[in-house]
Amino acid sequence: MTKQMFRTVSSVLAMSVSVLAGQALAKSDITIAMQLEPPHLDPTSAAAQAIDSVVYTNVFEGLTRFMGDGSVVPGLAEMWEISDDGTVYTFTLRDGVTFHDGTTMDAEDVKFSLDRATAEDSANAQKALFAGIETVEVVDPLTVKVTLSEPNGSFLFNMAWGDAVIVAPESIDGIKTNPVGTGAFAFGEWVQGDSITLNRNPNYWGNEPALETATFKFISDPTAAFAAMMAEDVDAFDNFPAPENLPQFEADPRFKVLVGSTEGETILSTNNKQPPFDDIRVRQALAHAIDRQAIIDGAMFGYGTPIGSHFAPHNPAYVDLTGNSAYDLEKAKALLAEAGFADGFETTLHLPPPSYARRGGEIIAAQLAEIGITAEIINVEWAQWLESVFNGKDFGLTIVSHTEPMDIGIYARPEYYFQYESTDFQTLMATLNSTTAPEERAKILGEAQRLIANDYVNGYLFQLAKLGVAKAGVQGLWENAPTAAIDLTAISWNE
Amino acid sequence: MLRYALKRLLSLILSLAVASVVIFAVIEIAPGDPASFMLGVNAQADTLAALRAELGLDVSKVQRYFNWVSGMLVGDFGTSYTYRTPVSQMIADRLWVSLPLALYALTLSTLIAFPAGIYAAARRGKPGDLAVMGATQLGVAVPNFWFAMMLVLIFAINLRWFNAGGFSGWDTGILAGLHSLTLPAIALALPQAAILARVMRSALLDILGEDFMRTARAKGLNPRQALWRHGVRNALIPVLTIIGLQFSFLLAGSIIIEQVFYLPGLGRLVFQAISARDLIVVESVVMLLVFAVITVNFLVDLAYAAVDPRLRSRT
Repeated sequence: MTKQMFRTVSSVLAMSVSVLAGQALAKSDITIAMQLEPPHLDPTSAAAQAIDSVVYTNVFEGLTRFMGDGSVVPGLAEMWEISDDGTVYTFTLRDGVTFHDGTTMDAEDVKFSLDRATAEDSANAQKALFAGIETVEVVDPLTVKVTLSEPNGSFLFNMAWGDAVIVAPESIDGIKTNPVGTGAFAFGEWVQGDSITLNRNPNYWGNEPALETATFKFISDPTAAFAAMMAEDVDAFDNFPAPENLPQFEADPRFKVLVGSTEGETILSTNNKQPPFDDIRVRQALAHAIDRQAIIDGAMFGYGTPIGSHFAPHNPAYVDLTGNSAYDLEKAKALLAEAGFADGFETTLHLPPPSYARRGGEIIAAQLAEIGITAEIINVEWAQWLESVFNGKDFGLTIVSHTEPMDIGIYARPEYYFQYESTDFQTLMATLNSTTAPEERAKILGEAQRLIANDYVNGYLFQLAKLGVAKAGVQGLWENAPTAAIDLTAISWNE
Repeated sequence: MLRYALKRLLSLILSLAVASVVIFAVIEIAPGDPASFMLGVNAQADTLAALRAELGLDVSKVQRYFNWVSGMLVGDFGTSYTYRTPVSQMIADRLWVSLPLALYALTLSTLIAFPAGIYAAARRGKPGDLAVMGATQLGVAVPNFWFAMMLVLIFAINLRWFNAGGFSGWDTGILAGLHSLTLPAIALALPQAAILARVMRSALLDILGEDFMRTARAKGLNPRQALWRHGVRNALIPVLTIIGLQFSFLLAGSIIIEQVFYLPGLGRLVFQAISARDLIVVESVVMLLVFAVITVNFLVDLAYAAVDPRLRSRT
């Protein structure tokens, strides 16, 4: 009897020792929460950022890729040569790369992927990235030659987007629910409405990641997000939806807060064709009536960097133009009077769902009231915003964060929803596209920023911050978001 | 009886047909194009057209309506625009969360409401009754998402007895599944229990004044025996009606609770589908819920008629 009991006790002890030993080993799984669930998992046929968050660099890779600091480095292309006239790119692919289903990744797959994106019936949401591609030729299994109709200084940058990842003809049919890529993680399981699991790819060509499995959980409600972090149900929250809760996480030694920058220029978008906004004096008056810091403090609880043009402050080519539209009520009133609106006027302010727009909109409406402008707030859903504001151009003002990287080129499109038409700017963009030397490009980008700031096209508010929350032991999360991505290859536990 | 049943069946079919037209019309009128929602702000016109064709959005609305209805008649609810999986499968997956959650909440609410209502009725006007009535007043007044947040704060964040949300899935075991549904079920059940307890109490009080109760007492039963043998049984009729209504409410109306606890249920599916303009999903789920409610009503009608012959002759 006593012997039996001793054996039981000792086996229990042994078990608990082994459990402890297991805990001493670094954790190799992680649960990361994000607000929105991807509609499907094909990054080449939808605009939803949630798709990229899950699959970018984890499941799918492109010829080039973004790093966490925004730089573009070789991806599946080991190196490349650019012809002297800048129109022919010859990519040398990495040898021995296989897709998760075992098929080889070679030049045929690259041709397939690029042809698919440029095809007439292509469903690529960023088809413009591929616009200059004339032909894609397979030279040999590891060499592919891309010919452009004209030089394009941002071609390698474009190829780093999630919309330009390399897919295989063998697995393309199931890509939306069973994505097969070349990345360090293979698709595991998708419990729709709940979570997606990725597992480490044992045959990955690059460095073996520290994680074995990763689970993405979808928590859209800000209160639920807070509870899930606090209860330690999730290990990290990719972009935490409630900035007001961040001080609480900062004060708690169990967590850390990662404040970085996104590519999102948050602007008071203005309908340049709708009177009275077709008058530059009115637009300038708007710009001077806006107190950016009050909006950042009030709507974003202090997170966000003021901007004075449509350009990300972390970009080396950034020029600080916030002084151009400094908060100055007297000047704003004088400008309005000069334009013939001494008593102000009425307009509409369409606000999409994100809190930067809804909260920011309330503050802006109050600020505009100071100079006599009555902005009627209209809350809309995204689908409605797309239909009436973006496609229908039926709006006066709206607040939106333009989250695509390096998207100043939208000002060269007169049909774009804020309807800015400037031949000077269009020429500038054409020059930029045909320029490849980095310092030359920076100079042109600086001019472009000044031009739209001086034309007061839109009210430039702030660069949207990326607010990550994680358990203290999680290492390697991207602080900034040069593109929507949760790069699992860099993540490890330090406990 | 057969004629009555046929009549009811005809009205059921008519109701469903009318409902399908209304649902389709209302949802299609809402502004927003599913294709442009999916492709975002940089989509080109030809890309949008290609996607619209792929989704079958390029045919007329009338034809889309008939495609949808004729599909449903053979059990094909179509394919989700965004998820690209069959809607019937999505609904089935989500029902595995929403249905058990609704049943769990209903069980809890009944288990709380019955004793509370009977206790209060038996002690009418006494402190016990007042306490129960006060508590139910509070339960009716406080919204369930607030209850939900309080439950999370206490039992998930502070005590760590439960997860703050999420659903572990039934394949991890029935107990684990029930465990992850417990807080949401309580949050859903409490306000319903409060309503049910009040109904139970007032139904009982009505019954207690009836002649047959006096007869029961006269036969020598003490008040408690009379209450249990004759009172409770008769009070069950209105109570069961309320429970039936509550069940359809719990199944369809747990959208907010599913958001707070991020549960992959039917409510959350509808919520996501509406914002993504996944019209076919919204239409099919709403239609299914209407079908469920109308069918339940049909069965209840038949049951009433079986019990009460007066209903048969009247219609």
